Amino acid sequence: MTMPLSEAGLAVERHWRELAGRRRLYTIGGLLFLFVALSGSLWFANDSNAGKFFDRLPHFFDFTDQMIPRDGLEVGRALFDLPSPYDDGSLKFDYPEGRMYLFGPVYVPEYVYKMIETINIALVSTIIGFAIGFLLCFLAASNLVTQRWLRFFVRRFLEILRAFPEIVIAGFFLAILSMGAIPAIIAVSLHTIGALGKLFFEVVENADMKADEGLRAVGGNWPERVWFGIVPQVMPNFLSYALLRLEINVRASTIIGAVGGGGIGEALRLSISRNHEAKTIAIIILLFCTIVTVDQLSAWLRKKLVGEQAFAFGRGE
Amino acid sequence: MTTLSMTDRRAIGDRHPELLAGSWRKRLIGWAVGVGIVAYLAFAWWFFSVGAVLAAGNWGIAGTYLADWVSHEVRPQIDFRDDRLDVSYPRFSSYRADRHPEWLSFGEPVATAAAPAANKTSAGSVTARIGRRDTIEITPSNVVVTRGTETLAVAVVPEKSISVEGELPAWATQKAPGEKITVDFGFAGSAQIDADDVKIRHRFLGWENFFFDANSPFWGMSFSQVTGLMVSDERIDPKMSNLALAWDNVVNNAEWQHGDVWLKLAQTIVMAFVGTLFASLLAFPLAFMAARNITRNRLVNQVTKRFFDFLRSVDMLIWALFFTRAFGPGPIAGIAAIFFTDTGTFGKLYSEAIENIDDKQREGMRSVGASPASVQRYGVVPQVLPVLVSQSLYFWESNTRSATIIGAVGAGGIGLKLWEAMRTNSDWENVAYMVLLILIVVFIFDNISTALRHRLIGKKASD
Repeated sequence: MTMPLSEAGLAVERHWRELAGRRRLYTIGGLLFLFVALSGSLWFANDSNAGKFFDRLPHFFDFTDQMIPRDGLEVGRALFDLPSPYDDGSLKFDYPEGRMYLFGPVYVPEYVYKMIETINIALVSTIIGFAIGFLLCFLAASNLVTQRWLRFFVRRFLEILRAFPEIVIAGFFLAILSMGAIPAIIAVSLHTIGALGKLFFEVVENADMKADEGLRAVGGNWPERVWFGIVPQVMPNFLSYALLRLEINVRASTIIGAVGGGGIGEALRLSISRNHEAKTIAIIILLFCTIVTVDQLSAWLRKKLVGEQAFAFGRGE
Repeated sequence: MTTLSMTDRRAIGDRHPELLAGSWRKRLIGWAVGVGIVAYLAFAWWFFSVGAVLAAGNWGIAGTYLADWVSHEVRPQIDFRDDRLDVSYPRFSSYRADRHPEWLSFGEPVATAAAPAANKTSAGSVTARIGRRDTIEITPSNVVVTRGTETLAVAVVPEKSISVEGELPAWATQKAPGEKITVDFGFAGSAQIDADDVKIRHRFLGWENFFFDANSPFWGMSFSQVTGLMVSDERIDPKMSNLALAWDNVVNNAEWQHGDVWLKLAQTIVMAFVGTLFASLLAFPLAFMAARNITRNRLVNQVTKRFFDFLRSVDMLIWALFFTRAFGPGPIAGIAAIFFTDTGTFGKLYSEAIENIDDKQREGMRSVGASPASVQRYGVVPQVLPVLVSQSLYFWESNTRSATIIGAVGAGGIGLKLWEAMRTNSDWENVAYMVLLILIVVFIFDNISTALRHRLIGKKASD
């Protein structure tokens, strides 16, 4: 049984119906748009791919079959550069060739050395990016810099560094410096400056300004205000972001390595394309373990620095 | 409130110096960290032999590469013949035997001279004006270069020898007497004088043949000429209208490859879009399994979470190489790589968001006897959905950038094209063009994603 509504009640009901209807319309329209965009994209992707999705799918695991080494121990031999019983002089089984001798019989296995190289690329880039991003971020913060043009300039500069494709910077310096790790370091560093600079100035803008006011009251100049008023507050967050960036940079330097920046990425690309199963699996295991270790270490350090505060959101580029 | 006077403060400082001096341990740690970082950077300098690599770098060419981004060179070549000069241009240049740049002027060839090859023009003398003041005057027997107030006169015996009268100015170089002379005009270009020919490279700002290449009937026309032809009824190609022909010529421009670049850019966009969308769709139900407060089974939680970690930790590069082998090069490989990596990332982020929800709404739903599915639908989803969508949008934008890079290893999209253009070392203007397109796309997506996120979760929280 429904009670008859008063004039005002009817108006409210009509309004509510309108709102609900519009909301439904938006939802359906949005989903429809998404669906059309998705089907169009899928068709386009499938059409322009070298192998068609449904043709290739039954053969998907053919490739995986090729990735199984002759015996399980081969992976260990590839990882630690031990001689293989199947050695036929080809590149596939030349594990001991890659040994990096330190002194006497002590050597670092090839892939471990390359992994160390990649980690060092990431670490150096993070340090450089942190240092320069640290210097720039205070100039972009609206609570510290009153000149609009300066803030505008620094922010656009950071934005360009962030959006500029790393691969182009790497490619440019590869053309000048030839193959090696330094183009990768330059590319990842420049990107890190942009990414960290942005996160940093947002932290600075959220800082408590009371310390700064106190310093200003006693006549502190700008560098003193920043150094004694702001830096102690924001340093834990800065370090936490830098650690997060280190995780991303380990991955980034692997990828840059694959396109000519040296390190483990290059080794992986070569061994996959040459069908060296044992080497490929050895590298994947090494890479996986390294990334897990770096992630865990950084998560642990970050927890010590800023407690349980969630930073997952800022982890993109 | 009691406050310390300065005298009190000093007195306390005298009695308990450790309170005001600051912790020496902290200061020591600060110094140790600083020294450690410096030592590490020194180690890295040695490890990567930075000094040697930087010194061995070909820095001279860096300026040329950078200039190529925004400018182009016109390179006429003037060959010495016994009694005349033959002027020619490289293939694909905007100029040819019947079309010369206005900064080159010619003297009449002697009447007895033999006819030149079809792609060359004969002249008795050639004068090239480089910039406002500098000139190169060429006759079959000598070359006079004027730069500012200084002049360089080179006597030429065609195809035999060149000799300089007097000292070389600072802007000209010659390795040994008799060898070729290189004249430098700074950004405006350079010229190379040899016994056989003079090669002039004159640099201009701007991109060359951006719309029509040398094979197009519209090539070399001014804007008004092209628009005039477009609207006229007289067809250049009887098969299609002039407008369609012009469009076809632009898309198939051999130097800029607009059509291919746009296709590859679209692939990159599609890779990021589909990969991110599928990852969100799969991660959504899995996140409910991984969340402690929804699925009360520690084993299921742990298995799902470790699965996410696995997907995330096998790097996007590995997935990209793997799927390129499985599906062949192209965007499907890229989609699959982004899908796998981001399912892991989203699963982790989503399950953390779900674990942090307010439990009261679920209790309310349960207290009125709702089915388990309804409890999740009305008790959990409304709380987390804006956050989850916002996170997906954030990654959509950043994946557009990642898709560029994994493209370079064969996973489709503009990455490979970019990489190839860079490897040839001569197409830096094409690199600049593609970078510009990528920056525009990233900028647009950044703004769309930020605007949507602001609408979803409010301005403050999304920053």
